[in-house]
Amino acid sequence: MKEHPKQTGGFWGNLALCAAALAIMGLLIVLPLLVVLKEAFAGGVRLWLASVTDQDALSAIWLTLGVTAVVVPLNTVFGVAAAWAIAKFRFKGRSLLLSLVDLPFAVSPVVAGLIFILLFGRHGWLGTWLSEHHLRVVFALPGIILATLFVTFPFVARELIPLMTEQGSEEEQAALSLGATGWQTFAKVTLPNIKWGLLYGIILCNARAMGEFGAVSVVSGHIRGETSTLPLHVEVLYNEYSFTAAFACASLLSGLAIVTLVLKTIVELKGARDAA
Amino acid sequence: MKLKLKETSALPGFGLSLGYTVFYLSLIVLVPLSALVFRSSELGFSGFFETIRHPRVLASFQVTFLSAFKAALVSVVFGVTVAWFLVRGRFPLKRLVDALVDLPFALPTAVSGIALTALFAPNSTMGGALAGLGVKVAFTPTGITVAMIFIGLPFVIRSVQPALADLNTELEEAALSLGASRFQTLWRVVLPLLAPPILSGFTLAFSRALGEYGSVVFIAGNMPMKTEVASLLIITKLEQFDYAGATAIAVALLSLSLLAILLINLIQTRATRYLGNA
Amino acid sequence: MNPLTRILKHATFLAFTATSLWAAAAADLLNVSYDPTREFYKAYNQAFGQWYEKEHGGKRIAVKQSHGGSGKQARAVIDGLDADVLTLALAYDIDEVAAKAGLLGADWQSKLPHNSAPYTSTIVFLVRKGNPKGIKNWDDLVKPGVEVITPNPKTSGGARWNHLAAWGYVLDRELGGDLTKLSNPEFAAQAAAAQARARAYIADLYKHVPVLDSGARGAATTFVQRGIGDVLLAWENEAFLAVNELGKGTFDIVVPPISILAEPAVAVVDKVVDRRGSRVLAEAYLKHLYSAEGQRLAAKHYYRPRTPEMADPADIARFPALKLITIDGVFGGWQKAQKEHFADGGIFDQIYLPGK
Repeated sequence: MKEHPKQTGGFWGNLALCAAALAIMGLLIVLPLLVVLKEAFAGGVRLWLASVTDQDALSAIWLTLGVTAVVVPLNTVFGVAAAWAIAKFRFKGRSLLLSLVDLPFAVSPVVAGLIFILLFGRHGWLGTWLSEHHLRVVFALPGIILATLFVTFPFVARELIPLMTEQGSEEEQAALSLGATGWQTFAKVTLPNIKWGLLYGIILCNARAMGEFGAVSVVSGHIRGETSTLPLHVEVLYNEYSFTAAFACASLLSGLAIVTLVLKTIVELKGARDAA
Repeated sequence: MKLKLKETSALPGFGLSLGYTVFYLSLIVLVPLSALVFRSSELGFSGFFETIRHPRVLASFQVTFLSAFKAALVSVVFGVTVAWFLVRGRFPLKRLVDALVDLPFALPTAVSGIALTALFAPNSTMGGALAGLGVKVAFTPTGITVAMIFIGLPFVIRSVQPALADLNTELEEAALSLGASRFQTLWRVVLPLLAPPILSGFTLAFSRALGEYGSVVFIAGNMPMKTEVASLLIITKLEQFDYAGATAIAVALLSLSLLAILLINLIQTRATRYLGNA
Repeated sequence: MNPLTRILKHATFLAFTATSLWAAAAADLLNVSYDPTREFYKAYNQAFGQWYEKEHGGKRIAVKQSHGGSGKQARAVIDGLDADVLTLALAYDIDEVAAKAGLLGADWQSKLPHNSAPYTSTIVFLVRKGNPKGIKNWDDLVKPGVEVITPNPKTSGGARWNHLAAWGYVLDRELGGDLTKLSNPEFAAQAAAAQARARAYIADLYKHVPVLDSGARGAATTFVQRGIGDVLLAWENEAFLAVNELGKGTFDIVVPPISILAEPAVAVVDKVVDRRGSRVLAEAYLKHLYSAEGQRLAAKHYYRPRTPEMADPADIARFPALKLITIDGVFGGWQKAQKEHFADGGIFDQIYLPGK
């Protein structure tokens, strides 16, 4: 965010503002995080390490990374295409399309899982055909990927659309009039302009993809070491009363989130410096 | 067909990008969601409304909506405060606080649910202290609201923050120099300008809270008619092999959140036009 | 077939062939089970693997586990989770898999000895150390000021056993311990009165429940970790686990004089094993549960083995004798019990309707 030259109030005003904001953040966000960390290291660092390098935990980590590696690029390409169409052009149905892009935000994660069961489950539209061909979608990797794609669908687009709308298309038009091709214009003019927003969108999409629980839980089948993603593995451990191990894996996810968020801050700082 | 669907533009790639957008949107979102609508239509209109009008379903809608509404309101108050702090406050570790805002996006909802429950359960320090004051949080509707605030807060902060940063301080200075009090300036000048992003943040937080499952079930207590949220009822129906019933509740819930989102996009479009003309 | 569906099918086929092949080759056997069997099957899978390796000239096998609420697991199998064997909390859930997906015959329960339940359990009370509320019997649960933790019977198999055990207790009390009166036309009026009393008792009982978790494990966590409630209605094996491992020295088990015979059922999923060619292995896996080794492990993990002589006497000594009612004897089987008590509009739903 831009630093604002004009700041609020005097010393007391600022103090009150800081106190209020820090109290809110501390109570609502930092405390739950501290709970996770405290429980994770309740048995010491060695136990934490053992918990996150356990074979099932490792396979959950790999699965989560794999799913993310598929989901994030797909949704990024979509996000850029959608932003290009929606931000750079005025057409009929534009605001409907904008709402449809937001749609997955409004869908309960549970429902996001359910719809893929309705499509690909044994009694779903494609269920009979899939089982005839011995294909598995739900309760296997494809289902997990689909549910994650759905849930993280809007993140990149949502980040880019306002940015690109604000930027307008004068620069692109200038490049085109100078004889650049469409793709050249996109690569040399648009991409550099949106790169920080794009990266922020990717980072959020990535964080959400790794952490998705509700939707994946419905389509996963919870097969230990096979279709348990890291968030599901946390639940499995919790249900096995291995609370410390559960929180250890959760802390890993929080750690990923924090690394992601620190990256984001760096991205923003760089973005601000570039803009200056 | 000479219908003018699109304003002329010198930029290329409209067909490609729109085509791909619509294709991908259909594949990942629209076709799967249509399965939901078709499945619930198996019930027919009367069956659909019978499911929706069942007292327990209605009660769950009431709990979900009230909690989501309260949570979104609180998120707005808290979120604007934090956004104000992030933009205008003077504090050495502000960047760190800024980075933490998105944490609820990234934390698996089940983990947040477990952490919040551990924090507010009557046998914990904070839950115990609150219980001493007569405030019960975990396993009450208040617990649901707290979980929803956790989920919704970043939406409000991230909506308001950029608008606040872009706010023209000259307007405030002008108001102050014309003799308006600080409070009047805030109330009459700043808030109206921030209204569109606040509304957008409110609605995002609200519609996200409506469907929330993972973080809510741990802290809610899940008592029928009292603390049972709609998404839990969907799961319950599902586990009784009642797909039509589950999809009916899902469709009702979805329509309402969709309505909320359509409303905000409409208001935002209006507001942008209004501000653009001003 | 419309064009959209056709395109979808082709896309799906191409996209998922590779992952499906990978997935199909990975596991030798998938056991889809419910929550409280996690520890037992972890031990049993290892023992079975070693036994199988010895019997079959060093052939190694791997058993994959999936755990969750019993109803949720049954639903997943109905929707396409490829379970070779089911080891669920109650026969009803396997009945549903047979009826809704046709993956196994309706007569599955007669395929293995003892109603296809190699081990049994019952419902007991877990109370705080020293039993401060003095809970001894089912009547004590509805005393003023007593909070009872039990999961939601709509989603939890264990909760259904809890509910029916409580119901059965009242019938037994009202009929003077002679449950045969239920099916004897001579005592129809007395039986009807007893059913009415049972209904009133259950309604009262749920008034004492402050939290309804979705599964047995969730309820145990609420009771143990969150410190909510005075008594947890639990599987006997879960209660032992809580006392011995979860919170040593902080809980006591109270065994009521009467409870229910809980028979967690097991079955081979015919259609899946025939397709995957894993029938021999799946059948051996379930049959081995009845062997000395299986029975001994079950007893060690606090399940009551069908053949107690096979198990360690020290383990058996942990199970006190009590009067056990059965689903078939008192409720006319699971189908009937499910319909009357837990289906939409059933007794559980009626209790929570306003004005009741």
